[in-house]
Amino acid sequence: MSAADTTLTADPVVAEPAAATPRDPLPRAGWRVVAAKELGDHLTSVRFVVLLVVLGLAAAIPLYFAADQIRSIAPQASGFSAVFLALFTLGSQDISVLRVYEFVGIVAPLLGLAFAFDAVNGERSEGTLPRLLAQPIHRDDVINGKFAAGMAVIGLVLVVVVGFIAGFGMLRLGIVPHGNEVLRLLAWVIITFLYVGVWLAFGLLLSVLVRRAATAALIGFGIWLLITIFGQLITTLVNGILAPAADATPDAILANAQIQQFITRLLPSTLYRETSVVLLNPSVNQISAPTSIGQVQQAQQQIQSLFSLDQSFLLVWPQVVALVFLLVVCFAAAYVAFMRQEVRA
Amino acid sequence: MRRAKPAVRRAATDDDAVIRTRRLTKRYGTLTAVDNLDLVVHRGEIFGLLGQNGAGKTTTILMLLGLTEPSSGEARVMGLDPEREPRLVKRRVGYLPDAVGFYGGLSGRQNLRYTANLNGLRRDVAEHAIADVLEQVGLTDRADDRVDTYSRGMRQRLGIADALVKTPDLLILDEPTTAIDPLGVVEILELLRRLVNERGLAIMLSSHLLTQVQSVCDRIGIFAAGRLVGQGTVDELAATFGDGTATIEVGLELPTPADRSRAQAALGSLSGVTEVNPPAKDGDPWQVVVRPASGEGRVRQEILVVAVDQSLRLTTLRPVVPSLDDIYRLAVTRTAA
Ligand SMILES: Nc1ncnc2c1ncn2[C@@H]1O[C@H](COP(=O)(O)OP(=O)(O)O)[C@@H](O)[C@H]1O
Ligand SMILES: [Mg+2]
Repeated sequence: MSAADTTLTADPVVAEPAAATPRDPLPRAGWRVVAAKELGDHLTSVRFVVLLVVLGLAAAIPLYFAADQIRSIAPQASGFSAVFLALFTLGSQDISVLRVYEFVGIVAPLLGLAFAFDAVNGERSEGTLPRLLAQPIHRDDVINGKFAAGMAVIGLVLVVVVGFIAGFGMLRLGIVPHGNEVLRLLAWVIITFLYVGVWLAFGLLLSVLVRRAATAALIGFGIWLLITIFGQLITTLVNGILAPAADATPDAILANAQIQQFITRLLPSTLYRETSVVLLNPSVNQISAPTSIGQVQQAQQQIQSLFSLDQSFLLVWPQVVALVFLLVVCFAAAYVAFMRQEVRA
Repeated sequence: MRRAKPAVRRAATDDDAVIRTRRLTKRYGTLTAVDNLDLVVHRGEIFGLLGQNGAGKTTTILMLLGLTEPSSGEARVMGLDPEREPRLVKRRVGYLPDAVGFYGGLSGRQNLRYTANLNGLRRDVAEHAIADVLEQVGLTDRADDRVDTYSRGMRQRLGIADALVKTPDLLILDEPTTAIDPLGVVEILELLRRLVNERGLAIMLSSHLLTQVQSVCDRIGIFAAGRLVGQGTVDELAATFGDGTATIEVGLELPTPADRSRAQAALGSLSGVTEVNPPAKDGDPWQVVVRPASGEGRVRQEILVVAVDQSLRLTTLRPVVPSLDDIYRLAVTRTAA
């Protein structure tokens, strides 16, 4: 037994009342201080400029083709509603992927990853995390603030890019959006925001779990590549394996189609693309594989008519819910992992 | 039970404790990083937590700040429980982590501003406090340069400034002098002493460097393998962990060998003196070893008397303060045994 033990174990720890010196109150919203600092960092960072340029280009290239097509139909377009949305949905007739929403869908994940992959591990390796956590804020203020700043900068980039496209349409092509189109566009921007948010939360998760920022970036980039470039390839492959035999009954074929669709929808990129198509095209009235022969016939007989926004929304709400679910799951995982981590590396 | 004395003396002023732990313990799996720690740090003192790497110093500090949960036992910092009220504790305690880092792209002043904002300081209060602490650590000239361009020593001083921005009542510094050149160390230690004198705050610092702790700390806690093996002033620790002897340095002018043997006999005849070691080189002091150590003061006076009686010319007469090195070595080996 050491000397210290013998001298101190006898007296109990007396809870001394907190000194009554007047002090500033505890800061109430630590996450806002963190978010403000992070946002300042983002806006002055090179990556912000680079991403703005990349996303701008991703929008501008298909826009060029879309403008061409819109000009060619403009003379007979008087009865054609939703011309404005065509800016986002039309593209090259030869290359189907050359459309604004497709391109944005490809590049947007990078936007999310870029503003999150080094959020926590960066603080760790710089040795700023213990100092930050030793300030009188809640521990989750750090991760909440970083997420909020990421969402803010993403929102800003999206508004700038969509504003650029819309401005181009109005000024150069002279087409003006109708009220309905504005609403659809707004809905699409929100969905895109949500989709990028999924990737931001995923990047945040990587930044908590992976100790080195470079490794986290590489993993994030790899998964993006896998999903965006090879995603369809992989689902095609899987579906090829599952393909029904030539002599299958119609019911078997239908069931198989549903399975294939389910597999495709495991990918967030598919969820986003399907939602975009419906929201930006008032004429799209179906995204699911028919579930009965009756539906197939019905679809064939259906007269081409335009859908209202809430009708369109009814079509995609499962996709939207799935996106929200993914975002919540990723962020919650990052949150829990961060709260349980040791302060020391 | 010699150690009981200082504790009793302090018992009367126990409410000035800024840190008090009771059986504080932290286990990582089977490893006990901090083992039943009982520690008291008082207002207005510099307390040194001394221990080798892996002794549990950082773990202790993290528990005091509520940054990691104790496995058992309790801690009070400024009378608050860091586990339940970490924000109140952190509002009043400035902390310099080991290997402190800053946002390299921001200036020193911007880094401090962020800390001030996180502490909820009003803008004018913050700017004033920042200018103040930058002045105090001598970084005013470089305050608006990017931290990227700072030297290791400057970062360390910025770290102390950062811990001071919130006007704390207690500073906890983890290895504040590690990886700093000797001159920088002296600077930092002087700064700490000045802070205690000017601001009246308490400081707890950890270190594995004995001499530095000895030179600046009022009291010291010796840490080994998660256990506090001793706590007190250097003298108190010496009394506990010394080998029970004290040494007196006696400088004598002895021109002839006859003088020398006379001196040897005279010093050796004093009661309590167990050894008289003549110097290896002329002019160096003699070493007189006294047992028990408590007889050191009496023997010193008797040497004065003897020197006059024997008409020996005395040049110096002083007790040798035991080096913390020895104490530390003894403390660790004795507790291990
Ligand atoms: N997160 C952790 N998990 C497991 N063991 C740890 C952890 N953190 C520290 N330790 C161990 O606890 C002991 C004390 O470490 P530490 O408090 O850092 O010592 P010091 O600061 O005195 O060098 C060491 O043996 C260290 O390996
Ligand atoms: Mg340490």
